[in-house]
Amino acid sequence: MKIVRSWLEDFARFSQVASDDQIADALTALGLSVESVDVVGASVPGVVAARVVRTERHPDAAKVHRVWVDAGDGTERHVWCGAFNMSAGDLVPLATLGTTMPDGRHIERRAILGIESEGMLCSADELGLSSDAAGILILDPAVAPGTPLSDIVGGPETVLDLDVTRNRPDCLGHLGVARDLAAHYKLRWNEPRTDTARRGPKRTLPVKIVDGDLCGRFSLTVMSGITVGSSPAHHARRLAAAGMRSINNVVDASNLVMLELNQPNHAYDADVVGKGMRIRRARDAETLVTLDGATRRLTGDDLLICDAQDRAIGLAGIMGGRDGEVRDATTTIALEVAWFDPGAVRATSQRLALRSEASSRFERGVDPRGVERAVGRFAALLRETCPQLVVHSGGADVRTASMPTPATMSLRLGEVHRVLGTQVTVRTATSLLECIGFEVRPVAAKTSSRSAGRSPKKAAAKSGPVLRVKAPSWRHDCTDEVDLIEELARHIGYDALGKRVSQSTQPGGLSPVQKRRRLLREIVMSLGCDEAMPSPFLAPGDHEKAGIGVADGVVSLTNPLVAEESILRVSLRPGLLRAVHFNQSHRADDIALFELGHVYPAGRGELPDEYESLCLVAAGADATTAMQWWTEISAALGVGAQVDQSRVADGFHPSRSASLARGPVVLGAVGEIDPRVLRRLGIDGRVACLEVNAAKILAEIPAPAAAKPVSRFPASDFDLAFTVPSTVTAQQVQRALRTAAGSLAEDVRLFDVYRTDAGAASRSLAFTLRLRAADRTLADDDVATVRDKCVAAVTKLGASLRTA
Amino acid sequence: MSAAPQQLARVDAALAAARSALRSAADVESLRRAANEHTGKASELATLKASLGSIADVDAKRSVGRAINEALQAIEADVQSRIVELEDADLDARMRSEAIDLTEHLGVRRRGHAHIVTQAWERLEDVFVGMGFRVAEGPEVESDFFNFTALNMPPSHPARSNFDTLFVDHGEPGSTLLRTHTSPVQIRVMRDWDLPIYAVMPGRVFRRDTPDATHMPVFHQIEGLVIDRGITFAHLAGTIESFTKAFFGSDFTSRLRPSYFPFTEPSAEFDIRRADGRWIELGGCGMVHPNVLRAGGVDPDEYTGFAFGFGIDRMAKERHAVADLRDMYANDLRFVRQF
Repeated sequence: MKIVRSWLEDFARFSQVASDDQIADALTALGLSVESVDVVGASVPGVVAARVVRTERHPDAAKVHRVWVDAGDGTERHVWCGAFNMSAGDLVPLATLGTTMPDGRHIERRAILGIESEGMLCSADELGLSSDAAGILILDPAVAPGTPLSDIVGGPETVLDLDVTRNRPDCLGHLGVARDLAAHYKLRWNEPRTDTARRGPKRTLPVKIVDGDLCGRFSLTVMSGITVGSSPAHHARRLAAAGMRSINNVVDASNLVMLELNQPNHAYDADVVGKGMRIRRARDAETLVTLDGATRRLTGDDLLICDAQDRAIGLAGIMGGRDGEVRDATTTIALEVAWFDPGAVRATSQRLALRSEASSRFERGVDPRGVERAVGRFAALLRETCPQLVVHSGGADVRTASMPTPATMSLRLGEVHRVLGTQVTVRTATSLLECIGFEVRPVAAKTSSRSAGRSPKKAAAKSGPVLRVKAPSWRHDCTDEVDLIEELARHIGYDALGKRVSQSTQPGGLSPVQKRRRLLREIVMSLGCDEAMPSPFLAPGDHEKAGIGVADGVVSLTNPLVAEESILRVSLRPGLLRAVHFNQSHRADDIALFELGHVYPAGRGELPDEYESLCLVAAGADATTAMQWWTEISAALGVGAQVDQSRVADGFHPSRSASLARGPVVLGAVGEIDPRVLRRLGIDGRVACLEVNAAKILAEIPAPAAAKPVSRFPASDFDLAFTVPSTVTAQQVQRALRTAAGSLAEDVRLFDVYRTDAGAASRSLAFTLRLRAADRTLADDDVATVRDKCVAAVTKLGASLRTA
Repeated sequence: MSAAPQQLARVDAALAAARSALRSAADVESLRRAANEHTGKASELATLKASLGSIADVDAKRSVGRAINEALQAIEADVQSRIVELEDADLDARMRSEAIDLTEHLGVRRRGHAHIVTQAWERLEDVFVGMGFRVAEGPEVESDFFNFTALNMPPSHPARSNFDTLFVDHGEPGSTLLRTHTSPVQIRVMRDWDLPIYAVMPGRVFRRDTPDATHMPVFHQIEGLVIDRGITFAHLAGTIESFTKAFFGSDFTSRLRPSYFPFTEPSAEFDIRRADGRWIELGGCGMVHPNVLRAGGVDPDEYTGFAFGFGIDRMAKERHAVADLRDMYANDLRFVRQF
């Protein structure tokens, strides 16, 4: 919302107490956040009014045309111009040669197609008057050519750009902003000048509100004696500074009322609506051509303004129709000021993607009781150019049950203290609230209805004095006690409420799972993996490309930004593999990446079966790397799993991968990515991969180990090497050895693997065993017995002992 | 009497001979051999010791005996010091021969780098843990109820349109979405934890935003929630101030200014001021709205609370002067490995 600083001065003498910067700070401190403070309309020396004499197209220039202007000095100047919105007789701003524009551009003699340009015609934007860059600024034709711009547009205007929050619809008008600010500075308040007397003969217009649930109030006032023409310069200036264009005196008065009072309104040609109006829902598929020329297809949720013949002439609260607008020949108008249901306006505006200054106000809620003031203000503004203006009595003013009534609520000063931590007296609370339009009356504490019927403990809570507060009609956001507390806080000032350190009454800390997550990340990084954060959104087919079956269902986005990001991942692999490919294409070395992030299988619950997953990938590394990762992670976290090569997960190398299992439950997978997947994704070399359900392994917190006494007796070591068929795993041999060695086995470790060639039917596996007894030194016989048992057990697996 | 001087002279001679032999030993082994030769059974000193009995004069016997013992001790001391000398010489020689160039270093496994968002996330957690907060988590795919309704934004609440929400196809249409903020965790914590609550909730959030230099559809927030008896707006301001100083430095300060959020009232934006006087908008906060307390099963007549939240990504972006947020999510190792 653009607030023109000088406009606020109509309501209170702010300039006597504060500078523009101080006012900006005060507004921000009141919750009306000032995003920027700009000075517009600083006059540009060298720019003068010039009358367009004639225009001409040049056959070789498509984007510019030739304009001859008279700047009042008797010489006709020729300029090239890229805007086409002027015609002969119009008065336009001419930047003469030597002028320096606000953006620093220097106007010099310039030639296009060999023809020189003696100056430049300017838009309002180029002159720093407003953001309107749509065309050349057309000036009041009454001004004499040669008049300096500064004499026409006056001095510079300070414009404050306010970010008005949703709970403050009243501040979409200058008056609402001024009200808060005047309360802040405790300044005397001047009501805007209105022209409320309806002296003219009665002109009644029948208005029928068919769908009263969407329209709470609808008023029409007939005004005659109008001559449509241009606005006075000070009106045009205000509009321009607020970012709107001056159209004509009637439309400008309408827009000024909206910008000032936050009361959107609409002036119809009375000839069109002379027989009355009907306010009704649109019929499904009914169409309306709106002011902007677009044909709008409507539904039964949209509210229409129709003429007496039930012909639609406007989309209620959003935009008028093409017919019914005020024309140059109009002398009598019907002014509509209404209250429409905010939700309905918002819904229609959203569905049609049609936002207007009016709709953005109606959808937040305008003051349903502001009609009279808006009509009176409109008349006062229009009378400046139409002294013959007659405001007719009669008209129409229909109200329905949906017109909101302001809330009345209790305000317990004890509650104010409980929430804000500051004691507020009845006098202070009353004065702060009354300054911004609330009606306040004290209530004896005993009669407070809020504490009646509560438990004795709560009833005993000291609520202190209680006030009965009625919100003003423009503050329908205030419905509860806490809304009033916020109003008090704003006007006391947040800074004045103080800062008290709240001491947590609990020890802070990470949960055991959170600590293990940090440990896990540390381990994974110590394994040389860099952390990646790929998007959790995949394209349809991305899972399949990574070899991941999605038979169990995936969750898709119903309104994705792009189709390539419309599926929620069920595995971290597609994202990491894409990152591997990306980094390979940039010739990165030692690509090893990990992600610790959520995956979202559909599941059958109320929410998807979302869980945290961990995935590590390394390009140019094989399955043994992945096994080392798992060995280190499982040791550090104290969690184990069977490495089951008979169950290979989708997308993994069929003969160089295994699942990490706990019986039927699969925790994850380890090994290499399926070469077919790599080929599809364009990744070179092998890729080691470990993907494991992080939520599960983090949640399994091992119990503290009970200490076992350390044996004082010496150990006996021996080695055994076997020729083992390829069908028997090293893990099977190791388990057999451990079982056979029984309680004496302190350590059984594979220390050598020897294969004659890659495809051989068997290989040699060498183990070293360490035996130790808790209670004695082992005799040679003990060791020999264990050794024999071990050999027998492994031989049973189909292996044979290798002898040196 | 006559035997003593002669025998003392023999002791001196034997000692001198022994010392000379020890000096000429070039290694520990020949040193020990030489020592043995001059102190062993067949040595002159042993012979002299054995002949002590033949000295009749008690004084003479004692002085010769003492001389022999002193000679033996002197030889042993020489041996010990000579051993140290010889061993040191050996080690010196070995060390000279085994010199290596420590810069002949073939990139062994390097440590991986944590994502800068993770780094910022953990730093924030650490500061809040130090202030007595626990860390809470919640699902990223949320129900409409927890993300909006319970946060005082029932269906058709106009503020819902401030969140460009991504919905997912799960359950009733419109019932399930990607959480637009970490605030739904507030409700989960209120329902699941015992009071009082001092918690922060970091997490991943989603908006239907086209990626650009300052927006990503997937980003991260951290949210704080305190619910206790006697918590006031002043405690909110004080906590924000403590955090500001703890996280950014003691020369930073903070301020609150009024704003609007449906789930807090009074609501505020909080800004921090750097030492150079520049104010930076950081996040939103406020007193938890009574309706939100009720949705979380907390009695607003007994408890009050405050909440605050802000973006984690921006912390990382500003700390490392990253120009474009998209760079943080490109997973380009040339970027990741800088931090």
